[in-house]
Amino acid sequence: MEAKNTISFPAETLELVQKIIKRYPEGKHKSAILPILHLAQAEWKWCSPEVMYYVASLLSIAPVEVYEVASFYTMFHLEPVGEHVIEYCRTGPCCLMGGVEVYDHLKKRLGIQTGETTSDGKFTIKEVECLAACGWGPVFQIREKFYMQLTAEKVDQIIDELSK
Amino acid sequence: MKILTEHIDVPGIETIDVFCKHGGYQAMEKAIKKMTPDEVTDEVKKSGLRGRGGAGFPVGMKWSFLAKPEGVPRYLVCNADESEPGTFKDHYLMWKSPHTLIEGMIVASYALGANTSYIYVRGELMYVIHILEKAIQEAYDKGYLGKNILGSGYDLDLYVQPGGGAYICGEETALLESLEGKRGNPRIKPPFPAVKGVWQCPTVVNNVESIAATSWIVNHGGDAYAAIGVGRSTGTKLISASGHIRKPGVYEIPLGITVEDFIYSDEWCGGIRDGHKLKAVVAGGSSVPILSADMILNTASGEKRLMTYESLSDGGFATGTMLGSGGFIVMDETTCIVHNTLTFARFYHHESCGQCSPCREGTGWMDKVIYRIEHGKGRKEDIDLLVDVAKKIEGNTICPLGDAAAWPVAAAIRHFRDEFEWHIDHPELAIQPGAVYMRPGASWTQ
Repeated sequence: MEAKNTISFPAETLELVQKIIKRYPEGKHKSAILPILHLAQAEWKWCSPEVMYYVASLLSIAPVEVYEVASFYTMFHLEPVGEHVIEYCRTGPCCLMGGVEVYDHLKKRLGIQTGETTSDGKFTIKEVECLAACGWGPVFQIREKFYMQLTAEKVDQIIDELSK
Repeated sequence: MKILTEHIDVPGIETIDVFCKHGGYQAMEKAIKKMTPDEVTDEVKKSGLRGRGGAGFPVGMKWSFLAKPEGVPRYLVCNADESEPGTFKDHYLMWKSPHTLIEGMIVASYALGANTSYIYVRGELMYVIHILEKAIQEAYDKGYLGKNILGSGYDLDLYVQPGGGAYICGEETALLESLEGKRGNPRIKPPFPAVKGVWQCPTVVNNVESIAATSWIVNHGGDAYAAIGVGRSTGTKLISASGHIRKPGVYEIPLGITVEDFIYSDEWCGGIRDGHKLKAVVAGGSSVPILSADMILNTASGEKRLMTYESLSDGGFATGTMLGSGGFIVMDETTCIVHNTLTFARFYHHESCGQCSPCREGTGWMDKVIYRIEHGKGRKEDIDLLVDVAKKIEGNTICPLGDAAAWPVAAAIRHFRDEFEWHIDHPELAIQPGAVYMRPGASWTQ
């Protein structure tokens, strides 16, 4: 990874980073990678090489140590994404509740396929595995929020709301 | 009988004041002020409480394996990486009543002599992490966490660690690797975490529900807990009920009720949705064998099957299944078993960490072969090929994800082979939207 350290968290996030590092015994600060990657993704939307380089510098570890973690865990976006990333559950229990049909509707509505971003940069859709909300399926997640018991009509409402 | 969810619908139960008004933190006080750590462990042993994450290993025994070398810190890590398809009970409990888990964490940490403990929550549940962190701050403010808790001299710090989206991190050694800031590759055992866990220190990893139950056990005694349930299935269990039932949701059941009652009683699932019939159930999360309606309701010897570890596994994999994590997925006659099995195979393919060849390669092959059967491109020999691949994964991997991937495929073929054959023999019918094979004479096609 070739990237210069040109970005920085806001001051209050940097304070939080220092607090997070103190959760672990001395010398075990590498444990803070996941919490800090979540903060970084919230800040910059995706984990670009520049972001991973920065996270590595915060923890005084090699950038590749951040990359090998970020590339293992599916929540981290290693490519640019749209403003709203819709993470759609594709696992059995959601499918039983009509998840496939609702997903087809979502793709049609946005005119994109899995992994793609709308041309206006508003929406990206990703298929994810079980989100531990099986009794309330079909389910998708946008950032921290769960949208549950989805129907085609509900999907339209959500997209309308977020398109404003 | 409710132990974990008695007050879960009380408005404000997520706040420490309301929680305390309903008996909260009494177990913590009793344990820390009136009991020794060994006495707490003894009560948990007496209770017969078994690990609620899926494996069912006795919690008290797991605690007693913890190595206690002088001068080496010990850790309690709560496994809240709930990711097994069909399971959402820990999500529900932490979201609704975070202090139920936090009190259990203090009780269990005290019993184990841990001064720092972590709750490892799957990263997708970031909103639950915020709920837990707020509740933990409340507990610090009350003096229930931190230095010299209730003047006892016992110190405990409690932190929440987010995951990053990886089913494998529910495996305890993968979880510890992840907590160390690494990829979630399971470790070769031994050494077990009880001897060398996080940062090579003795560590106990327990499921959310297991830890939460220890408070009630301290309050009422291990014998009272053991009096609930049947045989070695003591106490209550949170069951995540999903699929084609009238009332999906999380139910706390006393172990020992019949499966039939659980599905059809209005107290629990409320029966199959209107106008439909029960076809199949996955009783304990996606990895346990699927059973047809007749097999889940009754054992091979004709007895009513119970919601217990023993009764659900009665008959072995030939005719039985497992209680697992309690992820109870109900399917009616509109369900295509091949499609459902495909979603599970795809899941395990996606979630395999890639460390062991049988799992890394085998899950991919199962996914691909079932995909082509489902999409009308199946070959006669594919069914036996799937059975063969599943057999070659099972037992040949470092961690149980391999078994978990093999079992649902093997069981679907064992009990619904005719449905796979129909897809291969009649691809033109099978690829029609909503097409489902109707087994002649089956209880769900009458």
